[in-house]
Amino acid sequence: MIKQRKLMQGNEACVFGALYAGLNFFAGYPITPSTEIAETLARKLPAIGGNFIQMEDEIASIAACIGASLAGAKAMTATSGPGFSLMQENIGYAIMTEIPCVVVNVQRLGPSTGGPTAPAQGDVMQARWGTHGDHEMVVLTPAGVEEVFTLTVKAFNIAETLRTPVILLMDEVIAHLREGASPPEAGELLVVARKEPKESPAEYLPFKPQDDLVPVPASFGTGYRYHVTGLYHDEAGFPTGNPEKIDRLVRRLKHKIILHQEKFLFYEEYLTNDADIILISYGASARSAKAAVNDARAVGISVGLLRLITLWPFPSTAVSRICANASVVITAEMNLGQIYAEVCRVLDSAQRTLSVTHVDGTLIAPQKILAAIKEAAK
Amino acid sequence: MKRSTGIGKYMRLDRFPTIWCAGCGNGQVVGALLRAIDTLELPQDKVVLVSGIGCSARASGYLDFNTFHTTHGRPVAFATGVKLANPDLHVLVLSGDGDTTAIGGNHFIHAARRNIGIKLFIFNNGIYGMTGGQCSPLTAHACNATTAPNGNMDTPFDICELGKAAGATYVARGATYSPVRLEAMMTDALRHDGFAVIDCVTQCPTYFGRMNKMSSAAEMLQWQKERTITLERTASLPAHAVKDKIITGVFRSERKPEYTALYHNFRQQFGKDKDHV
Ligand SMILES: Cc1ncc(C[n+]2csc(CCOP(=O)(O)OP(=O)(O)O)c2C)c(N)n1
Repeated sequence: MIKQRKLMQGNEACVFGALYAGLNFFAGYPITPSTEIAETLARKLPAIGGNFIQMEDEIASIAACIGASLAGAKAMTATSGPGFSLMQENIGYAIMTEIPCVVVNVQRLGPSTGGPTAPAQGDVMQARWGTHGDHEMVVLTPAGVEEVFTLTVKAFNIAETLRTPVILLMDEVIAHLREGASPPEAGELLVVARKEPKESPAEYLPFKPQDDLVPVPASFGTGYRYHVTGLYHDEAGFPTGNPEKIDRLVRRLKHKIILHQEKFLFYEEYLTNDADIILISYGASARSAKAAVNDARAVGISVGLLRLITLWPFPSTAVSRICANASVVITAEMNLGQIYAEVCRVLDSAQRTLSVTHVDGTLIAPQKILAAIKEAAK
Repeated sequence: MKRSTGIGKYMRLDRFPTIWCAGCGNGQVVGALLRAIDTLELPQDKVVLVSGIGCSARASGYLDFNTFHTTHGRPVAFATGVKLANPDLHVLVLSGDGDTTAIGGNHFIHAARRNIGIKLFIFNNGIYGMTGGQCSPLTAHACNATTAPNGNMDTPFDICELGKAAGATYVARGATYSPVRLEAMMTDALRHDGFAVIDCVTQCPTYFGRMNKMSSAAEMLQWQKERTITLERTASLPAHAVKDKIITGVFRSERKPEYTALYHNFRQQFGKDKDHV
C-alpha cells in the first residue's frame, strides 16, 4: 500500500507525533517560532478529551506539565529560547523527581530576545546544561518534517521508559518548513504506556529502582500515597541527609540514562563509507550540509555526512568510529561551535578538525559549507 | 455535623520531629487544616498536598496524603496541572507568604482569575523563615528583618485584597491566635467549589520575634491578638479604630463556575475537531 503523503509544517508534525504518542495535556505560553504547536493543540486536545491550558508564563507551563504528569497524564510544553531559559529550574525538578514530560524548544537566534524568527542552533549547550547540578539529559533534534513526527513519538517513549524529561530541540527552519510527509499509521510505531506499580501500597517504595535502574512512581490518586520532593530523597521519597543515599541517587539519575543510551543514540550516515572528509551536522544545518556533500562529490571530493539526531547524550562512540579514517572532520552548525567542541573532545587529538559557524540570523547556506570542504580538501 | 476526633491518622509520625522551631505556628495551621479535612472526611488517597519551598512548605512531608513538595513559588502552577489532569482530586496548596506573594505572585493571581478548584493556604509569618529572617512582601512596615536592619521601608501586600481583586471566589483570613475560627474557615474553603485562599496569620518567634523584641511565642500571639480584629467587629467601629489592624474573617464566598468543570463543558461543546488525525 502506498502511504498518503501530506503537506505538513514541522510544528504541526510535532503536534501529530505527540498525539500519536498519547499526549493528553499541554500547557504553554506563546512564543515565536513555537506558537503553532500551542495553537494547533488548542483545537486538537479538547476533541480527544485532553487538556490544553495557556499558562501565565513558561515557568508555570512546565510546572503544570509536571503536575499533570504526576496525576497520570502524558504532558508536553513547547517554547523557544527566552521561555526555555525560564523553564530550567523545573526541568531539573522533573529530573530529580523522575516525572516524565516532553519539552519542545524551537530554537531562535539568541542571546536574549535575539531574533524571534531567525534560524539558529544556539541552545545546544543550554539543553544539555541549562538546569543546575550534575545530570544527564536526553536531547533529540530533527532535520525534516516527517522526522519531527517520529522523533516526537520517540521523545515520549524515552521520557516514559526512563522517567525523565526529554528535550525535542528543533530549529526555526524545521519548525516552519512545509514539506511532504508520510506520517506512520496507527500501530506502526511503538508507543510506551506509563508503568504502574505491582506491589501493594504497604510494601511500595516509589523511588526504588528496578533492574533497569528506573523506579515506578505511581500516579497520584491511584491509592499509593507517597512524597515527591526535589530535595535529595531516599527510596521512600523522603528527604535524606545520608551521604551514601545522596551519592547513590545523583549517580543513578545519570546512570539510568547512560545504561539505556544505545537504544536512542540516533544518527544517519550519508556517503561516509569511503569518505576522506567527514562532515558532521544536525537539524536544518544538516540539509545544507547534505547539499554541500553532493556538490563536493560532483567535483570529485571524497566527503560524507554524519547527521546527528541525538545530541545528548553525545554519541561519542559513533562519532569517533565513523570519523576514525577521515583526514579532516568538519562540523557545520548555526552557532559558534557548540557541537564542534564536543567533536574535538571525542576525536583523536591528532585528527584535523574544522568548525563552520553561523550566527547571522539566516539559514546556513550549502555554499558556505562547500567552501570549507574545498578548503579541507586542499 | 461530625466534629474531628483524631488527626494522628493523617500524620506520618515516623517523619517526626519536624524541622520547625519551638513556638512556631506552622503546627497550629496544620492542626486546623487536618481537623477540617477530618470533619469533611476527605479520603486520604484523593487528597493532594502541593507545597513550594520554605519552612511551611515542609508540612507536606509530614502528612499522609499524596504529597508534592515542588519548587519555590510554583506550587500553585504545579497544582493547576494536577487539578486539570484529574479534577476528582482535592488539590490543596500549602505555601509561605514569600512563596506565594513574592516569587509565586503571578501564579497566585492567575489561578484566582481562572477560579480553578485549588485551595491555597498561606502560612503568613511575615518573614522568610527558611532562609533565616529576610523581608517578605508581608513583613509589616517598619519591622526589622535581616535584610531590613533599620526597619522595613516597603508596604506589605494585603493577601485578601489581592485574592479578591484577582477573582478568587473564597477569600478569608484567620490567625493562629484563634485556631477554632481558622479551622471553620478551612472547612468552608475545602467545601468551596472554586479557587479558595486563606491568609493564615502565624508566628515565627525565632526570626521575626527575635528581631522585633518578641522572643517567645506567647509574646507573638499577644501581639497578634492586639493587632487583629474580626470583620464583624469592624462594622461598629469608626475608621480610625480599624486603621493598621489586621482584619480576620471571610471576605468573599461566592459561587461561580469552577475552571475544570467549565473545561469539561467546553469540551462537550467545542470538542469536535473535524480534521483531527
Ligand atoms: C528560586 C529560589 N530562590 C530562592 C530560594 C531560597 N528560599 C528558600 S525558602 C525561601 C523563602 C521562604 O519564605 P516563605 O515562603 O515566607 O516561607 P517560610 O520559610 O517563612 O515558611 C527562599 C527565599 C529557593 N529555594 N529557590
